[in-house]
Amino acid sequence: MALVKKEAVVEQKATKRSSFRQDTRFPVVSIILGMLSLIGMMVSIWMIFLYAPMDAIQGNSQRIFYFHVPVAWLGMLSFVIVAFAGVVYLVKKDDRWDWVARASAELGAFFITLALILGSIWGRTIWGTWWTWDARLTTTLILWFIYIGYLMLRNYMGRTSASARAGAVLAIIGVIDLPIIYESVNWWRTLHPTAQVGVQGALPPSVVLTLMVALTTFTLLYSFLMLQLYQLQRAQALAQQLRASME
Amino acid sequence: MTFLSQVQAILWKDIRCELRSKQTWMSMGLFALLVLVIFNFAFDLRVDNKAAIAPGALWVAFVFASLLGLGRTITAEQEKGSMDRLMLCPVDRKAIYLAKLLGNILFISVVEIIALPIFAALFAVPLFTGELLPIVLLGTIGIATIGTLFSAIAAATQARELLLPLLVFPLIVPVVIGAVRATGALMTTSVNEPPWLGMMLAFDVIFLSVSLLTFEYVIEE
Amino acid sequence: MSAPYLEIKGLKKNYNFKPILRGIDILLDQGKCMALLGANGAGKTTLLRILACLTKPVAGTVRIGGLDIGQDVQQIRLLVGFAGHQPNLYDELTVLENLLFFGRMYAVKNARERADTLLQRVGLARRFSERAGTLSRGQLQRLSLARALLHSPGLLLLDEPDAGLDDEGIAMLEELLREHAAQGGTTLFTTHNFERAETFSDQICMLSGGRVVYQQASSELEAGSVRLAYQEALR
Repeated sequence: MALVKKEAVVEQKATKRSSFRQDTRFPVVSIILGMLSLIGMMVSIWMIFLYAPMDAIQGNSQRIFYFHVPVAWLGMLSFVIVAFAGVVYLVKKDDRWDWVARASAELGAFFITLALILGSIWGRTIWGTWWTWDARLTTTLILWFIYIGYLMLRNYMGRTSASARAGAVLAIIGVIDLPIIYESVNWWRTLHPTAQVGVQGALPPSVVLTLMVALTTFTLLYSFLMLQLYQLQRAQALAQQLRASME
Repeated sequence: MTFLSQVQAILWKDIRCELRSKQTWMSMGLFALLVLVIFNFAFDLRVDNKAAIAPGALWVAFVFASLLGLGRTITAEQEKGSMDRLMLCPVDRKAIYLAKLLGNILFISVVEIIALPIFAALFAVPLFTGELLPIVLLGTIGIATIGTLFSAIAAATQARELLLPLLVFPLIVPVVIGAVRATGALMTTSVNEPPWLGMMLAFDVIFLSVSLLTFEYVIEE
Repeated sequence: MSAPYLEIKGLKKNYNFKPILRGIDILLDQGKCMALLGANGAGKTTLLRILACLTKPVAGTVRIGGLDIGQDVQQIRLLVGFAGHQPNLYDELTVLENLLFFGRMYAVKNARERADTLLQRVGLARRFSERAGTLSRGQLQRLSLARALLHSPGLLLLDEPDAGLDDEGIAMLEELLREHAAQGGTTLFTTHNFERAETFSDQICMLSGGRVVYQQASSELEAGSVRLAYQEALR
C-alpha cells in the first residue's frame, strides 16, 4: 500500500514541473499582438475621426459605423469559431479545442453586446429610435441570446466533457440556424420595410480605407484577447486537475 | 431487430408509461386553453383587429404549451438521474432520438387538437380549412426537433426549467415567424407572401438530420 | 490455450479529474466466475459500468469475447448482462411488460417463453401482471436479475447481487450463477461478503484505491483466508 502512495506523489510532482516550465515561457506572441493592436488602435482612431470624410447626410455620428462594423463582424466570426472548434472537439476529443470554443464564446458575446449597443446608438442618432426590427439587428440580437444560452449552459454544467459536448452541439445548431433566422426575418420585414441600419450606395475610397484599417485593428485586438482567454482556460483546467489530485 | 422496430418499441413504451402516470396531458391541454383565454382579455379584440392578433396568440400558446411537455419524454426516461436502463441496451441512439421526437410531437398534437376548436370559437375565426394542417404539422415538427435535442442537454442540469426555453426560443424563431405568417395568410388574403411552408419544411429537414447525428454525443456519458 | 473471455489492460477512469481507476489489469477465462471485493469507493462499480458500456474509460483496453470495447460497442452491449444498484426497470410497466420491452431491445427470440421461464426461476411468475413500482426491494432485485439474463449474455455483471436478498433469494442466485457457468457464461460480481465470495466464485480479485491489490484462485485459498488477505491488502 505504501508503494502505491509513493507512486502517486511522484506522478504529481512530474506534472507540476512540466506545466510550470510551460508557463514560465516568455509570452512573445502575446506581446507582439498587444503592441500591434495598440499601434493599430492609435492609427485607426486618427483615421476614423480625422482622416475619414464627414457624411453629408448623417454628419459626424456616421463615424460609429467604423466601430460598429468590425465589432459586429468579429462577433459573428467568433460564433463560427465556437462551432468549428466544437466540431473538431467532438471528432478529436482534445480538450484544447474546447478551450478555444469557450474563449471564443466569451469574447464573441462581449463583441456582440458592443455591436448591439453601438447599433442602437447609431439608430438613435439617425432616426431617433433606440431599436428597430430590421433583419441585421434582429439576427444580432438572437445571436446574443444564443451566446448567453451557451455561456449559461457551460456554466451550469461545469468543466466536464459532457459540458463540452453539449456546448459543441448547441454551437453547431446555432451556426446552421443563423442564416435561416436572418432570411426569415428578412422576409418578414419585406412586408413592413423599415430603414436599414447600414450605409447605402457606393462608398468613397477614403471611407473604404478607414474601414479596412479599423477592421484589421479590431481583428488584431481580437486575436490578442483570444490568446489571453485561451491561456486563462488552460490555467483553469490545470487548476482543476491539481485540485482534484490533491484530495 | 430493425431500426424502425426499435423506434416503435421505445415509443410504445413511452406512451404506455405516460398514459399510466396521467400527469402531463391534462396540464398541457388546460394550460393552452388558459393562455388563449388570457390573450382574449389581454388584447382588446374588435372584429377588424382579430386577424392580425389571432395567429400570434395561437402560436404563442402552442410554443409555451410545448415547452411544458418537451422535457417529459427525456426526464421520464431518467431513473434517479440516469438513463442507464435504456443506454444499456444495444439500441441505436438515433432510434432513441426518433422515438422521443415522435413522442413529443404526439403530446404537442394532443394539445393542439384541444386548443384549435376553442381558438376558433374564442376569436370567431373560421379555421377549419385543410390548409391549416400542414402549417401546424411543420411548425410542431420544427419546435419538437430542436426541443427534444435540447431537453436531453438541459436534463443534465439543475436549472432545466429555465435553461430549456432560453436555449430553444432563439433557435425556433424561423419556425414561429413562418407559422404565424402562414396562419395569418389563411385568414386574410395577402399578395406576394414568401414561401413560408417551404422554409419551414427546409428547417425541419435540416435540423432533424443534424439532431439525429448529434444526439448520441449529448446522451452518452 | 484460448484467449480469456474478459481482458482488461491498464484501465484508467477519472471522475471530475479525480482518478477512480488507476490502471486495472484483469483476465478472466470463459465459464469462470470472479468475485470483486473492495471498500466503498475503491472503483468496483465504476469498473462494472465501464464493462457494461455505460461510460468510457480514459485509458486502457477492454476486450470481451474477442471484441474491443472501443470499436464494437453495440455488439458488446448485446453480450453483456448488467444488474446494478438501481433496478433499471420501468415503474409503470408490469413485470412481464418490462421483460418483454427489454426482450425487444435485445432482439431476444421467443421472448415470451424466455421471460416466463426466467420469472419462474426467480420466483416472480405469479406477479407477472403487477406494476414494477409496487414490488419490494428484494423482488426488484430478482426482476433485475431476470432482465440481465434475458438475452443469455456471455458476460454477466452483477453489482452486489446478494444485498437485500433473503436466504431463499441467495440460494436462487447461487443456482442461477451455476447454470449460467454451465452454459459457458462468464460472471463478474461484486460483494462485501467474504464467505459468499469464496463459495460462489472461481477467482477472487481485490480493488483498493483504484488498483488491483490481490488476485487469487478460490481453490488455492483456505477457508476464511479471504478476510485476512483483505485486511492485509488494505494496510
